[in-house]
Order: sequence, then structure tokens, then C-alpha cells
Amino acid sequence: MANPTLHHLQHPGELEEEARAHHHPFLQHHFEDLGQQHEASTLGMWFFVAQEILFFGGVFCAYAVYRVMYPEAWSAGAHHQNWRIGLVNTIVLIGSSLTMALAVWAAQGGKRKLTTLMLVLTLLLGGIFVGVKGFEYREHIHEGLFPGASFTYVHHENPALTPAIQLFMVFYFTMTGLHALHMIIGAGLLLWFIKRAWRGDFGPEYYSPVEIMGLYWHFVDIVWIFLFPLLYLIH
Amino acid sequence: MTTTTVDEAPFIEPEASAPRNYLNDEYGVLSWLLTRDHKRIAVLYAFSVTLFFVVGGIMAFLMRLELLTPEGDLFTSDTYNKLFTLHGIVMIFFFLIPAIPAVLGNFILPIMLGAKDLAFPKLNLLSWYIYMIGGTFGVYVIIAGGVDTGWTFYTPFSTQYSNTHVFAVTLGAFITGFSSILTGLNFLVTIHRMRAPGLTWFRLPLFVWSIYATSVVIMLATPVLAITLALLMIERVLHVGIFDPALGGDPVLYQHMFWFYSHPAVYIMILPGMAVISECVAAFTRKKIFGYKFVAFSSLAIAFLGFLVWAHHLFVAGISIYSALIFSFLSMIVAVPSAIKVFNWTATLYKASVSWQTPMLYVLGFIGLFTIGGVTGLFLGALGVDVHVHDSYFVVAHFHYIMVGGTIMAYLAGIHYWWPKMTGRMYPEWWARLSALLVFVGFNLTFFPQFLVGYVGMPRRYHAYAPEFQVLNVLSTAGATVLAAGYLLPMIYLAWSLKFGRKAGPNPWGAVGLEWATTSPPPKENFHETPVVSWEAYDYPAFLKAMKETQHG
Repeated sequence: MANPTLHHLQHPGELEEEARAHHHPFLQHHFEDLGQQHEASTLGMWFFVAQEILFFGGVFCAYAVYRVMYPEAWSAGAHHQNWRIGLVNTIVLIGSSLTMALAVWAAQGGKRKLTTLMLVLTLLLGGIFVGVKGFEYREHIHEGLFPGASFTYVHHENPALTPAIQLFMVFYFTMTGLHALHMIIGAGLLLWFIKRAWRGDFGPEYYSPVEIMGLYWHFVDIVWIFLFPLLYLIH
Repeated sequence: MTTTTVDEAPFIEPEASAPRNYLNDEYGVLSWLLTRDHKRIAVLYAFSVTLFFVVGGIMAFLMRLELLTPEGDLFTSDTYNKLFTLHGIVMIFFFLIPAIPAVLGNFILPIMLGAKDLAFPKLNLLSWYIYMIGGTFGVYVIIAGGVDTGWTFYTPFSTQYSNTHVFAVTLGAFITGFSSILTGLNFLVTIHRMRAPGLTWFRLPLFVWSIYATSVVIMLATPVLAITLALLMIERVLHVGIFDPALGGDPVLYQHMFWFYSHPAVYIMILPGMAVISECVAAFTRKKIFGYKFVAFSSLAIAFLGFLVWAHHLFVAGISIYSALIFSFLSMIVAVPSAIKVFNWTATLYKASVSWQTPMLYVLGFIGLFTIGGVTGLFLGALGVDVHVHDSYFVVAHFHYIMVGGTIMAYLAGIHYWWPKMTGRMYPEWWARLSALLVFVGFNLTFFPQFLVGYVGMPRRYHAYAPEFQVLNVLSTAGATVLAAGYLLPMIYLAWSLKFGRKAGPNPWGAVGLEWATTSPPPKENFHETPVVSWEAYDYPAFLKAMKETQHG
């Protein structure tokens, strides 16, 4: 862990270029330099994204198996989604990816206010997405589409499809729910990084947290890019 | 920070002139619970996994007691079901998977790389806490009344019918999974980014290669278990039909998803064992490992091929004969890299002057037992034989040869091999050799009869059996008693050695590797100055020359 006291003990005059590289307040003791630290943290996030792909991969795979098994129910289930709302949310989310990317760019350039602003915008757009999702959930629950004991929906044209439609809704809630959970965790991280950005922690030498936050955020967006057609558009 | 007193010293007495090391650097409970030092975290893990090992071992022993007689006289069938389920869950999720990576890997890996710590020390501590939270669920379930699904949680029994604590225990396994994922991720980044100057990929000890392969499997397989268990929990809570055929689900899909993790999990358990074996073989023969690159790449090959064989657990579950054929073939292929390792270790032993210290005794035990476990694995991978012995004690014997004869043997080898490094003390050699002998004899007496009794048709997972199987079962229970003694002994003499053991120098074995280039126990930062590596792996003359130069220079 970085030892800020050590840093403050030194006279400002001693902070030559090289000394800075070695005693940067955010350089952790077990790394040689900030470059190594940056490479380690970005690689760590890439690996984390790899395991996330497998995590979502499992439920995508199960989704695919049942889609092949119950194509009609899947189509009927997708009909119950409002694709217009889904499209708006998709645009909101892509917008948040843009602001996230701009936040990384601003952090690299040492633009403190712009970084903070972009992170706040990202948080805002993410919040809108989750809010709209919650609104959709409320509609589904209202229609009796939440799986389990509260599933009161009956498919009128072909009542035999109802159990498989419930299965579709299980996947709908599981997949979008896991995605929303990732958004909420991301929002929590954003709050922390907004505070850090405003404090002026980030600059050309040290912007790894913003960059790996960006990697995570883009990954969560990409998951949605797959979820939207699979759950809303496929007929 | 609390004051330094002898009473608070967790391991060794801090003498007035004792050099600073990771153990006497700080004192007090909080300095352990909030530590970010990989060595201290390894010690935390060592205590936790030992605790779970004892819990799982007691359950195994109770089962062996029940099986002394053909009648179900000690436990009801329900209790017996819970015993084998909890034994499996505790041993696999809370002991075998974390044992070698989280204890030995955590301690040794960064030192082998010449690094000051793992890449993410706080994440490392978090992994231990996540593991403990998952473990708490496990302990809760044991106290609350157990779970009876088998460690595989097959649906729809686990989701619709079992009235035991399925939800809590799967949640525990789910949580613990993230602990291994984060540990694996931490190891991968550390191996990629934290190697000392001069330590190229092909100068890495084979331990590192094997742990690397393990970490890849952990990171890519465990999340699939997580999502599978999440779906299982959703099905159980909502009573919907994800895997229940009565409600439109597919139970075979559950088995596919479960084994997509759980077969690679076998390699998560055995690859770290192989990691330890390579180090010990080199150390106690004082030779380079024969065919270094083959052994290194065979670890990666096992990691890769291990992902392609899961459906051999489903041969009798109604999968198509064509896919069964392909999975059978792939299961044969995965034996090749394992065999490469065994042959290369044996070739290293050839014409070597072997020192018969305790770790080496365990290593020789491992090589023999792993070979038997591996070859019987081929029997099970062959379609026709599998149909005959499926769900019999033959399977039980097979995987215990791999996991107990393989992984636990290797764990004990590693614990003895690095004990002087971890604690600065030597264990008592005579007692240690005795326990190695007891473990080997006890293990074979326990599990070899199970091959025979399984082959003639005794099914697994029943508390009562046909009277003609009794002789072999009595032998097995007798063996379990010897085995238990063999496991208890190290717990006693290793604890004894913390205070009374002979002091170990920096390199008691005269072995090669960066961990032997620092003091025992190592300082908090592992090395007083960052080492520079100029020698190939296991190059004794070059290593000793480099050490001499460091001392004189």
C-alpha cells in the first residue's frame, strides 16, 4: 500500500523527476514503478472480464438450449418486452460508454474537472438505465410475469405454452438482473472514483483506476448489447 | 501496534537479536487479520484449511465406521447421506481446492518470482475473507442439520425434493468460488508482471508453470459453477423449472454445466500437486528436471484439455452415443500430458543420488498412487467399462487415488519441504518419515479394497451393503484408522517443531530457487534487495555460484 506519510515527510525541493517516479503517493510498495503497477492493474481487469464472460456464458448457454427447445414460447416471451423502451435504454447505455471513454481520456490529460464531469455523467446515464429497467420490472410484475408463485399470466392463444413462457421470464429476470447488479456495483465504484477525481488523484502519471473502471463499464455495456436482441427482438 | 512480548508471539520467540522477519515484524491479532503480506495470508489459510480437513476427515471416519458391518447399524440412511454429502463438499470446496494454491502458492509463489508480494495484496486478503464467509455457510449447514444431495447437487432432487439445507450450502460454495477466482487472478497477474529481472518464462520453476495452469482453469471454470449454482438457487427458491423436467427444464443440462466446472476442478486440485512434486524431485535428486519444457507445457495442455472432457461423467445420463464416443476419446487424450509428467519425473530419478527425506517419501508415494489413479481413470473414460463400474466403489477408489493419494500426498510433501522456510524450524525427521509411511500404508489399505469391491458390484452412497462385501470393507476401515494416525502425527510434531525444532538455515535442503536465496523465515519484503536471476531453472552449479557471489559481493 502507498505510504502517504513517507511522501509528505520529504521536502518539496527534493521531489525531482526521478524521486517522483519512485515516491508517487499512489505507487504501492511492492511495485518497482508506476508503469508496472498500471500494467498489473489493467491486466487484472482483463482477466476479471474473462471470468465474467464465462459467468455470463453459462446463463447464455442455458438460454440458447431452451430457445432451441421452446422457440414458440421464446418468441411469445419476447413479444412481452417493449422494444422501444429497450432501444432507449440501449442508447442511454452506449452514451454512458462514450462519457466513460471521455473520462479516461480526460484523466490521462490531467483535466480534473472534465474527468469528474464525465464520471458524473456516466453515473447519471447508468442510473437512468437502471431506473428504466426497474420501471420495466414493475410492469412485468404487474402483468403477473414474475416467475414463481406470483406467476399468474396465462397465454391465451396457446395455454400449453405458459410454462415455457415462465421459463423465458426466468431467463429474462436472471440475465437482466445479473446485468443490473453489475451496473449497480459499477455505480458504487463510480461514486468512489468521482470523489477521487475531484480530489485530483488522477493525472498523466496515474490514471489506472479510471482506465480499469472504463474496461469494466464497457464490458457491462457489451453484455447488454447481447441481451437486448436476445430478450427483446428475437421472434 | 501492541508491545512485543514473548507471550504474544504467534510462532517463534523473538530473541533480542532475532533478525526481522514476517513473523516478528508486527504482533497482535489485528496484525494478522488485517495483514496484506502474502506469507501471513498463507498462514491464515493454513489454519483454516486444516480445520476443514479435520471436519471432513471426521465425517469420512464416521462413514468407515458405519461400513464395518453390512447392516446399517450406526446411522440411518438419511444421516449417512448427509455424511457423504458434507464430506465431499467440505473436502472439495473448503480443503482440496484452496489447500495447495492458497497455502503453499500464496507463500512461495511471490518469493519464487523474486517479488515483494502478489500483485494485489488487498485482494488476496479479501479472498481469505470470502473463503471464510463461504466456509461459515458450510459450518452453519453442518450444525443446522446437513444436506443430503451428494456434493454434485443433482437436480431435480436438490431443487424440488430435498428438504435439507441445499440453499445455504450452495450459497456457501458459490461464495467460496469467488475466493478461488480472485486468488487465481492474482497469481496470473503476478506471474505475468512481477517476475524479477532476468527471470524469463523458461527460467521459472515448474511450480510456477503448474500454478499458472491451475489459475487459468480456476479463472475460466469457476464462474460457470457460480452461474450454475445461482440458477439452482433460483429454481429452488422460486420453484420454477430451469432443471426440473416436470416443469419443462432439462436435468442433463444441469449435469453438463456442473461438470463443465467440476471436471476441470479435478485439475484445479491435481495440478498444484504436480507443481509441488516437480520442485521436490529436483531438490532431492539435485538434478535438473528431465525435459523441463515438456513438463511446463504439459501443465498448460492439461489445463486446456481438461475443459474438453466433462461429459464423461454423463455416459449413463442419456447423452448421445456419438458425443459419448468423442468425450471418451478426449478423455484418453488428457492422459497424455499427465503421463509425460510421470515419465519425466521418473527419468529425473534415474541414476540420481536420491535423498530419502520426508518430502521425497511423499513424492514417491504420489508418483505411484497418482499413476494408479490415472490409469483407473482411463478405465472409467472407456465407454464400456464405465457402464459396468459407474456409481460403484471403483469410482470412489479412483478419485480418492487422485485426490488423496495425489493432492494430499503432494500437499504434505510441500508442507514438509517448505516448513523450514515458513517457520525457520526443522520438523523432527524420524517422526515425519514414520507418518509418511503410515499415510502410504493406510491409504492403500483404505482404498485399494474399494477398487475390488466396486468392481464386483458394490454401489457407492449406501449405508448398508451385501454381506459378501464385508471382508474388503473391514480392510478399508482398518486402513482408514492407520491413515487417520498418519494425518494426526504431522499436526502434532509440526506444532511441536515451532518451539522445539532445530533452527533451519536459509537453505536446509541445498535446493535451487529464489525462495532458498533468502532467510528462513523470509523478511517482510521477502528479499533485502531485489534479486537478479542469471541461472536457468534447477541449474545447481550456476545457482550456487550466484549465491556465493551475492554473499561475497
